[in-house]
Amino acid sequence: MRLEETREQLVERLTRSGDKGVLRFITCGSVDDGKSTLIGRLLYDSKLIFEDQISTLEKDSRKHGTAGEEIDFALLLDGLEAEREQGITIDVAYRFFNTETRKFVVADTPGHEQYTRNMATGASTADLAVILVDARKGVLVQTLRHTYIANMMGIRHVVLAVNKMDLVDHSRARFHEIVAEYLKTADGLNFETITAIPMSARYGDNVSHTSEAMDWYTGPTLLAHLETVETARDEASQPFRFPVQWVNRPNLDFRGFSGTVASGQIAVGDEIVVAAAGTRAVLQRIVTADGDQEAARAGQAVTLVLDREIDISRGDVLSGADDRPQVSSQFAAEVLWMHTDEMLPGRSYLLKAGGQTTPVSVTTLKHKLDVNTFDKEPARKLELNEIGVCNLSTSRPIAFDAYKDIRETGSFILIDRYTNLTVGAGMIEFGLRRATNVHTHAMDVTKTRRAEIKHQKPAILWFTGLSGAGKSTIANLVERKLTEAGHHTYSLDGDNVRHGLNKDLGFTDADRVENIRRIGEVARLFVDAGMIVTCSFISPFRSERRMVRELVGEDEFIEVFVDAPLEVCIARDPKGLYKKAQAGEIKNFTGFDSPYEAPESPELHVRTADLSAEDAAEQVIEELKKAGRLG
Amino acid sequence: MSDIQQTLRAYAERFTTRPRERAPLSAHLRELEAESIFIMREVAAEFERPVMLYSIGKDSAVMLHLALKAFYPSRPPFPLQHVDTTWKFKDMITYRDTLAEALGLELRVEINEEGVARGINPIGSGSNLHTQVMKTEALRNAMNKHRYDAAFGGARRDEEKSRAKERIFSFRDANHGWDPRNQRPELWRTFNTRMKPGESIRVFPLSNWTELDIWQYILEEDIPIVPLYLAAERPTVERNGQIFMLDDDRFPLEPGETARQRMIRFRTLGCYPLTAAVESSAATLEDIVMEMLTARTSERSGRLIDHDESGSMEKKKREGYF
Repeated sequence: MRLEETREQLVERLTRSGDKGVLRFITCGSVDDGKSTLIGRLLYDSKLIFEDQISTLEKDSRKHGTAGEEIDFALLLDGLEAEREQGITIDVAYRFFNTETRKFVVADTPGHEQYTRNMATGASTADLAVILVDARKGVLVQTLRHTYIANMMGIRHVVLAVNKMDLVDHSRARFHEIVAEYLKTADGLNFETITAIPMSARYGDNVSHTSEAMDWYTGPTLLAHLETVETARDEASQPFRFPVQWVNRPNLDFRGFSGTVASGQIAVGDEIVVAAAGTRAVLQRIVTADGDQEAARAGQAVTLVLDREIDISRGDVLSGADDRPQVSSQFAAEVLWMHTDEMLPGRSYLLKAGGQTTPVSVTTLKHKLDVNTFDKEPARKLELNEIGVCNLSTSRPIAFDAYKDIRETGSFILIDRYTNLTVGAGMIEFGLRRATNVHTHAMDVTKTRRAEIKHQKPAILWFTGLSGAGKSTIANLVERKLTEAGHHTYSLDGDNVRHGLNKDLGFTDADRVENIRRIGEVARLFVDAGMIVTCSFISPFRSERRMVRELVGEDEFIEVFVDAPLEVCIARDPKGLYKKAQAGEIKNFTGFDSPYEAPESPELHVRTADLSAEDAAEQVIEELKKAGRLG
Repeated sequence: MSDIQQTLRAYAERFTTRPRERAPLSAHLRELEAESIFIMREVAAEFERPVMLYSIGKDSAVMLHLALKAFYPSRPPFPLQHVDTTWKFKDMITYRDTLAEALGLELRVEINEEGVARGINPIGSGSNLHTQVMKTEALRNAMNKHRYDAAFGGARRDEEKSRAKERIFSFRDANHGWDPRNQRPELWRTFNTRMKPGESIRVFPLSNWTELDIWQYILEEDIPIVPLYLAAERPTVERNGQIFMLDDDRFPLEPGETARQRMIRFRTLGCYPLTAAVESSAATLEDIVMEMLTARTSERSGRLIDHDESGSMEKKKREGYF
């Protein structure tokens, strides 16, 4: 130990050794390619495994290990109990090690096809991918899949680690054969560097020390390559982007905008523009707790102070005056689906991009990509781990860039509005021009004016429930009562919609969603016209009912849950549909072989098993009065 | 006023009247610092009732330092919450109270009074029961009482295997339980912060730091830490091959044991009867960093609670341990 070293000397030495900053990389390959062994080896060789961890490891190796008497490095990495027991890696694990010149963050991700989302998660923050190949097996379908995904996620540097060379007699010819095979695909993608290294992770050959057995290989070891590879993008040439995270306002004299520079750089005196509003200001100060800075560049967390008061809040993106991000509510993106509930065009999700969160729906699923070949295939929905190219439409415009140009401002996640889970990840390709040309035309006659002359307030009465629960019967009575009282109504139901507007739709989940979306839009037009519109549809999914609810004003949507037990509905069976479903003549019949998600807090809940249709209709009228819709 | 109290007061002035002149940080620490600041700002912007769970240790010192930087010139827009098991080292409490006061931050201290009344303690009740009642339950009480929707914790992924897979924004159900198999995917730096009433999120801004990074940052940023981290002559006793400090008279010696002065320090600070010391001559931060560069045992080995079997931390976390 050099204990005589002064603080200054020590700090200087450490600062120098950390000069290259952090390299974030991902390792991919199947369980058998030796991925975990490779990482274990890297940690072991960089002396990052402590004595007590080794003794735990020896204990665990005897209990769960697959390497016989030897230490099973994979057990170091597979952290969760279930994984250790099953001998598989099901989640992303992050590992850390330092060498003299660099700090490394490794995302260890599972190899199976069903874990595409985990690999994408690890890849989203990585600068480099180490793709493992078993020298005996060569380039496999999944080698290419990992390569495509790394490319899609914006990784620009790849290491092809040809492992287990000891099992092919350290054959040079075999190595070159594999590399040539790999380059046939990888050369056509967007990688800046592809470095192939023959290695044997188990024995450490060409991992951290050069291999005597493979003296024909003259390139760097894996560790030497990782220490020196330049992954920094050319930041100076990138346009300046600054997503505002938090408005910093300690007192009346200070108003700053805190955030991290996403790309490019900015200096005091430069003009900036708020992307969405187009307002301009001049940068006056760059504030940090370590004192003011003259300039800031990508990756720095700072607080910007402008020369004048303009309206800026969280979610706004600041840019330079001449190179601004696109602002649109419609764009095309690659979407990776990450949940077991499939993605359906038309369904409403939340989109989160930087600090911007807004409702969104997929307007068109153009095609999906075969994850193994990246070939295009037609599709009507995306399932877990599938990737598709979609057009999306947000409720309000967002500022963005193409993902290939700027990862930070070109990416988004999709969130399920009901469960709040992260269900999708997207990479924006380009904005759709048509959005910029569709302007809202301000009308002289408004919804309020139209409704006033009818002496009512418009509303959607949405009747949901199983087939045979009594929706149409009650809706019909309600409409009759309203008309008798001089109100203006219209009624939408399966009969007048399925035969015309929606005759191209069937009964799959995807079609049901589109069916309700169209009905919702039509109902909204009626509300705009000042009418009270009754809608009677099974509408089995909460998310679609919610979507319609959000199309109109808060008090304009009245959900009526027409509730009858399934046995009662089957006994009634007014259209003979349950009989057909039981006979297998109808597929996807709600309550039968397709789920019904009951409303959790409907405005009105009528139980028709012990209530006459007449009484139920009266309750609906009462609810309308209570909501102040009847003038 | 003691030395550490003076140091802490001088430290607090850095964020008000006297910013510190210093050499630039190491490149990788700059990156880690910026990442942590980004995470903290996200939480401040997206949650209504955030809190920083503050444990007085070196990781908490770094986390608080980052928060002071993240919101400068504002103060961090959240209180500090300490879960006090009543068995912390005396020096820790002095440090905690002086620092919070000097910085003008709100410090909330939660003690499970019911546990105190039941006489739960780390020596007689055993480490499991003590941790469950005085730490896990007390934390839950604090979370419920103040209805925190987001809580910062200083845990790092390099500490323990189950932590390596935990998200930076780690979701907890209404009972504060963690479901490791049902974690939200976390892509880029886009954190999904949405949840239902009653649910909460634990946020780990130091996820990607290692123990060495922490020490190096403390050294380069000159952050005051509890003096127990530095070696000094202290009264100790050896038990089951581990060295414990006799912090007060609540740690009775067993027959055959004798108190002895030893040159010791701590690599991690918890309840004093559960935290083993290491014999060391590292009396300065520089010494510690040098010792770290050559260390051969991981820091949690001084903590008794992880030792039962590997996987024990995962179990505790599922029950709501931080």
